[in-house]
Amino acid sequence: MRQIEIQCLRYHPVADQAPRWQTYEVPFTDDMSVLQGLQHIKDQLDGSLTFRWSCRMAICGSCGMMVNGEPKLSCETFLRDLFPGPVRVEALNHFPIVRDLVIDQSDFLRKLESVKPYLIPGKDPEGTFLQTPQQMEQYYQYSKCINCLLCYAACPQYGLDPEFIGPGLMALIHRYNADSRDGGRAGRMELINAEQGVWTCTAVGYCSDVCPKHVDPANAVNQNKVNGAIAWLAGPFRPKASGKP
Amino acid sequence: MTSGADETRQGHRYVRSMAGWWHRNPVYFWYMVREVTAVGVAVYALVLLAGVVSLALGEASWNRWLAAMRSPASIALHVLLLAGMVCHAWSWFAIMPKTMPMLFVGGKRVAASTITRAGYAAAVAAAALLVALAWWLRP
Repeated sequence: MRQIEIQCLRYHPVADQAPRWQTYEVPFTDDMSVLQGLQHIKDQLDGSLTFRWSCRMAICGSCGMMVNGEPKLSCETFLRDLFPGPVRVEALNHFPIVRDLVIDQSDFLRKLESVKPYLIPGKDPEGTFLQTPQQMEQYYQYSKCINCLLCYAACPQYGLDPEFIGPGLMALIHRYNADSRDGGRAGRMELINAEQGVWTCTAVGYCSDVCPKHVDPANAVNQNKVNGAIAWLAGPFRPKASGKP
Repeated sequence: MTSGADETRQGHRYVRSMAGWWHRNPVYFWYMVREVTAVGVAVYALVLLAGVVSLALGEASWNRWLAAMRSPASIALHVLLLAGMVCHAWSWFAIMPKTMPMLFVGGKRVAASTITRAGYAAAVAAAALLVALAWWLRP
């Protein structure tokens, strides 16, 4: 069986002042993912190594981590492709480290609640909501997000300014705004047009490159720069709403 | 747990520094090249604007601007700016599909690679047209 060196960034909040690297020699077969390599370490070599995982099939979005400096789902990144190594594994960039490979997601979860990520009935709440394939295509790719946060780890603007709402949530906002059945667009426009909304994005574009579900968050953000500018320009001409949308 | 553990640090989150982020990943490096070369595009617009102003100021002024354009320093600047502009155009058209609304032709979505290639073709055609015009109008 072939061996590969896995270097893990370790951090224990009580024992360590700062993260440190620890190296493990891991035997692997061709069908083993980086996640399985980490599981081998935890089961056979060092039970204290801490990381998140669940489905092992790139759908739960739990096992995102930096693999050789790139944000990856460790369950769909294979050790055979990284041979002869070494493989450097660390917690997702731009998030505070709770312990070892586990990040603090609370900032993302707090923002997630604020974007109204659900269909808000429009003018005809009792309608039949027929959609053409083209209407569906406007939002379908954005609905495939699994909240794995790889796009946040790819976005330097989020790293520099954690108040930025970020690529994943902008894609989620667009998923509902671009849906012909939704009537909540005006209510989400304030978030889009805020300084920490689309205008913090400088079109690095790496968020879309790393997305394991091809959601293309950079496209969602940039489409909303246009939408946000139009809404801002049209603002003074719109009749005052009687209540909140 | 190692000796000397500080229990008051329980629950402490470690925030990593962003210092030097732009040269940690080639994608970030090329993003910065795109941003910096945009400054070069603006600088060259100023050079051309200076030419227009010189033309308005009369023949002597125009000839001084032409002479300045032919100096070795100016030619070196032109080579540098041309390289920057090629870099900028290449990088910009690569990201262009991510910056625009979905395009549909005959009910089918136009692929990102098609949009990028169309951008490259348009840039090459525009540059070729400009060179041909300059050649045709040469004194």
